[in-house]
Amino acid sequence: MKIRAQFAMVFNLDKCIGCHTCSVTCKNVWSNRKGIEYAWFNNVESKPGIGYPKQWENQEKWKGGWEKVNGKLELKAGGRLKKIVQIFANPNMPEIDDYYEPFTYDYARLQNAPLSEATPTARPVSQITGQKMDKITWGPNWEDDLAGEFAARAQDANFANMQKEMYKQFENTFHLYLPRICNHCINPACVASCPSGALYKREEDGIVLADQDRCRGWRMCISGCPYKKVFFNWESSKAEKCIGCYPRVESGLPTVCSESCVGRIRYNGIILYDADKLLDAASTDNEQDLYKAHLDLFVDPYDPVIIAQALKDGVPQTWIDAAQKSPIYKMAVEWKIAFPLHPEFRTLPMIWYVPPLSPVQSQIDQKTLPTEADGVIPKAEAMRLPVQYLANLLTAGKTEYITGALNRLLAMRSYMRSIHVEGKPDVGPLTRAGIDENIAKEMYRYLAIANYEDRFVVPTAHEEIRLDDYHAFQGQNGFTFGNDSSTGITRNSLFPERRKESAEPREPAPLAGPRE
Amino acid sequence: MNLQNFFFGVYPYIALTVFIVGSWIRYDNEQYTWKTDSSLLLSKRYMWVASNLFHVGILAIFGGHFAGLVLPHAFWIALGVSDLDHQWLAIVAGSVFGTMCLIGGGILWLRRMFNARVRAASRTMDVFIITWLMITLLLGLSTLPVSIGHANHGDPGVMLALSGWVQSILTLNPQPALLDAVEPVFRLHMFFGMTVFLLFPFSRLVHIWTAPISYLGRAYQIVRTKRQVKAA
Repeated sequence: MKIRAQFAMVFNLDKCIGCHTCSVTCKNVWSNRKGIEYAWFNNVESKPGIGYPKQWENQEKWKGGWEKVNGKLELKAGGRLKKIVQIFANPNMPEIDDYYEPFTYDYARLQNAPLSEATPTARPVSQITGQKMDKITWGPNWEDDLAGEFAARAQDANFANMQKEMYKQFENTFHLYLPRICNHCINPACVASCPSGALYKREEDGIVLADQDRCRGWRMCISGCPYKKVFFNWESSKAEKCIGCYPRVESGLPTVCSESCVGRIRYNGIILYDADKLLDAASTDNEQDLYKAHLDLFVDPYDPVIIAQALKDGVPQTWIDAAQKSPIYKMAVEWKIAFPLHPEFRTLPMIWYVPPLSPVQSQIDQKTLPTEADGVIPKAEAMRLPVQYLANLLTAGKTEYITGALNRLLAMRSYMRSIHVEGKPDVGPLTRAGIDENIAKEMYRYLAIANYEDRFVVPTAHEEIRLDDYHAFQGQNGFTFGNDSSTGITRNSLFPERRKESAEPREPAPLAGPRE
Repeated sequence: MNLQNFFFGVYPYIALTVFIVGSWIRYDNEQYTWKTDSSLLLSKRYMWVASNLFHVGILAIFGGHFAGLVLPHAFWIALGVSDLDHQWLAIVAGSVFGTMCLIGGGILWLRRMFNARVRAASRTMDVFIITWLMITLLLGLSTLPVSIGHANHGDPGVMLALSGWVQSILTLNPQPALLDAVEPVFRLHMFFGMTVFLLFPFSRLVHIWTAPISYLGRAYQIVRTKRQVKAA
């Protein structure tokens, strides 16, 4: 057993209103530079839809993630030798038009145009070439709120094994928002795909990062990630990705997308898992069992044996405390209402999702929808969102898990409604869903109230494990020219003076002795 | 010192020194700039054909130059390859891989010059280095008829002079006089070729140094730690 801590998140899709505040804050903080303007480390997709970049979920097209070959786990795009052979022109690389051509508008024209009969217009301008664009034909959120015809969004890979034609009819249309960031996977395919070893997972918090100095731009991570969440900066020729807002997280703050979420749908926390079991979990034969295997990786942060082992493996006590209070563990493991996105990609993703309930109030009012005994809360399988669609998204197509989670969420609502509306608690729905009153009340507190301190349990990082004198690091890494903040790679340097580790502890001042 | 002595007695050392020391300094100080500068994201069309032809061609040409010019003469004789066979081998291999490189590189050059997105994302050096490489290649290909002429007359003299000169440079005993009888087209090609080494550290070509061969033997997953790992 080897215990590692992972910084993980849960997104409660039931409350996502698709406002894109997360995307905009993230872009303003991290990706508003030249070359990466097309990249959205955080984006919100309207589902059903083909998404961003186009068809990202279709791994027959993109060959992202892992697969089982002769009983062995292997990258879907092929092993190391195949990668080297394909390095001159990666055949699975998306093109900029698969995302969209980044554009701005010629706003100045609105002020500079000479006097004329017609109102001047601000034409779109390509942010790559600087040329005027005739027409914008695709964007980062082109399918927003089911925009476009059904035939286009029906290409969504999540319609697999479904009679999708019926959802073309207006009465049967369904819709959910899917906010997506890097999943900071336990078995990341981007890391495994990188020929130069630039991508890595951090031991302390599991955040997956791309070393900007080490990256050579071989482009294999871009296609290797099945979520298409590593981006190629065409200006710098480097891979860039969501950094899990690690400077914030290290300081004990939630990520900027989570903090700014107006719907309070995002939960940040620590979860402990057994790193020795990850290969077996990712290699599970049946892809419908991957969710279960993933769940079994997580360990109980209250178990004294686990705690002892975690301390031995270098997990700080404050992180174990955080793991005990973590909303992630509660939602994923205790209540089983959160699920990993596309577990069949075998990367063991660590952003989990609570499936949405899709209320259909008018149908209930007309009594055309089967409901629970309270006559108000609809049955899980009667909801507008097809359970099979959610299962294709979250559990590799297995519907039982999703139905169970929806039933627990509905039972909690029914129970809370009986308290607040009827004035007397009705535990009937809870019993049928297999949860008790304490769990229902706690679920209500976490999901409906969603207090800041319940959503975000982020312990600060422990710099003292890196530096003996960590206070001395203060002020040493400011604005400089050159690569002063890099620790470099070579030991044999032409310039040994400049080749020190960036963190240079100063000589501690001598203690004041007795006066002579 | 006349120009002949400068270009074939001194210039090779300038180029090689800048090549090695320049690469070292850049690797040391500017890791962030050390990259392929791929433009595949901006335009994928024809890239499978063009990039593969170009890279395979140019790597084979480099290997061919190394085998033919740097490996000692005695090595080939010991292998039982006569000088004339050696020259024909060079002509055939040079034609095949040179043509591959020309087709691939030609498409890359056209793309670099005329694809609006690729052009917009190109730095001056990107345009310059592909142009320079293509001129060098064309000059190299235009030595072929001359070599074929020599070979038809059963005369490997020029080839031996060229390899003798390269080895004189590498053994720090430069003998520019060896090139007196060599046709000007060879010498022009050599000047362009040596200049590629001179330009190397200042261009995207540096990515060749870090060809990711070690990936073949690496574990898939990489975990970095903040813990101070004491060297054993």
